[in-house]
Amino acid sequence: MAESAHPRELIVDVLLELQEHYGYVNDEAMSLACDLFDMTPLEIDELATFYDFIYREPVGKHVIHVCDSAICWMNGYESVLNLLSARLGIKYGETTPDGLFTLLPACCIGYCDRSPAMMVNRKVYGSLTPEKVDRILERCRNGGRPEESDETER
Amino acid sequence: MSDMVDQVLFRNRKPDRIATLEEYRAGGGYEAFARVLRENDPREVPKIIDASGLRGRGGAGFPCARKWMAVPEDGPFPRYVAVNSDEMEPGTFKDRVLIHADPHSILEGMAIAAFAISAEKGYIFVRPSYENAARILEREAERARDAGFLGKNILGSGFSFDIIVHRSGGRYICGEASALLKALMGKRPNPVKAPPFPTDKGLWERPTLVNNVETLANIPHIIRNGPDWFKGLARTPTGSGTKLYCVSGRVNRPGCFELPMGTPLSEIIEQHAGGLPEGRRFKACLPGGASTRFMTAEHYDIEMDFDSLASVGHRLGTAAIMVFDDRTCLVGVTLNLIEFFARESCGWCTPCREGIPYVRDLLWRIEHGEGREEHIPQLRELSRHLWNAYCAFAPGAASPVESLLTFFEDEVREHISQKKCPFGGR
Repeated sequence: MAESAHPRELIVDVLLELQEHYGYVNDEAMSLACDLFDMTPLEIDELATFYDFIYREPVGKHVIHVCDSAICWMNGYESVLNLLSARLGIKYGETTPDGLFTLLPACCIGYCDRSPAMMVNRKVYGSLTPEKVDRILERCRNGGRPEESDETER
Repeated sequence: MSDMVDQVLFRNRKPDRIATLEEYRAGGGYEAFARVLRENDPREVPKIIDASGLRGRGGAGFPCARKWMAVPEDGPFPRYVAVNSDEMEPGTFKDRVLIHADPHSILEGMAIAAFAISAEKGYIFVRPSYENAARILEREAERARDAGFLGKNILGSGFSFDIIVHRSGGRYICGEASALLKALMGKRPNPVKAPPFPTDKGLWERPTLVNNVETLANIPHIIRNGPDWFKGLARTPTGSGTKLYCVSGRVNRPGCFELPMGTPLSEIIEQHAGGLPEGRRFKACLPGGASTRFMTAEHYDIEMDFDSLASVGHRLGTAAIMVFDDRTCLVGVTLNLIEFFARESCGWCTPCREGIPYVRDLLWRIEHGEGREEHIPQLRELSRHLWNAYCAFAPGAASPVESLLTFFEDEVREHISQKKCPFGGR
């Protein structure tokens, strides 16, 4: 921030960092951001509530975003969602009682060539099958890293 | 199949990794940038781009050079280049594929654009689901910096330029140029109506170029090979260059294909995307993302470029071709698209915030067997009202609805008369 002529350009990065630390952007994180940027709570909240990947409410350790736009709809995102709901016992917008998983929708994540697709902890998994979804959940439960995402760094 | 066609943007594309800086340079990479620095005539660059006929690849198709030339020569400093890699238009994934193929073509394109308008800083705006692309761009920018192509006094020319990768918090509207700039400045990204245009007053009130990833990746190739070469790549007389076509939906091999601008739709679908599955028939497509109109089989052989589509009342958009077959319910598709628009509306103006959910409710009723005859004229009127919105978002949302009613009114009526979806909700 000290290097930037316009520190405010870093606000989303800072909110994402705070979210990483607190699990979500809670009021304490908000007040820290206010102090850092010399902005009012309203100005910060205006941003925090605007973005799909900044959470103002508590979320689970693993946040699952299921892509539900047109191509994933054609390729059966609903069965992916139903499977996740059945396995986790939660609906869209809910978190499992053990605090492990939150289930949310996502607008077209740009993997229409590997549809249906979803994001887990901001990593993308495509060409989903029931077996693949189960494997991903299993890895998350075991605390290990989920299996290789479909966008490993190259 | 696409290896039969001259590859420009994808010339270094590999199945499993990006092209390294060394590989990019071995094919002439950064020569164009070095040349414009050597010749040191920033005003010459837009002239070359103008002669090439390059039009913006982000959706609107605005002539690239005209945007560059709009930056006033006596405008204040510092100036900026902002690269739009938000790419949230449903069906579109070309920028993701391009970044994962040849990232240095984008960085070099940015550097040349920056030189042309005397900008000193460039931002690449990346959406959250492309975190991997953001990491690649950051790492490769570092390598370009180490090689002396970014930073202070580049190649001893006195010109300095550097690139920052900016991560978005994720929202479709950030792809709109004025919203993107507000997002970059840490403000709530509601669009702002021009004037002033970003080329006059963009980031922090300074002249700013906003270009799409694919547009900029073309720049080094045009400078190196000349504008005539670029024009000659197209299949149509008024087109120029190649185009990254994304094909998805009901095809055997969905993917992103680099083909001459103006390649016929039927050829893209059949020769490159593997055609439709056995027994399925092409019913319609959205030729350029969710904000374009449904195009019927009548135009199955149309040349896919800006002018050909415009001449029949359609838009090339992002050239993200979403293919729908005879067993897909277009009311269902439209309902899904409108759900997307309703969720992603920034909420700033009434026609968009209130109008789109209203359209969604009517479509929902029709799709679920609760539709009534009067819903059809109501939908028509509502989609006209969407044009009163503040930015292009709501008119984009109106496009699939309006074209559904124009070309597939019978299908909509069947839903109403049968009191259910004739396709079983698919």
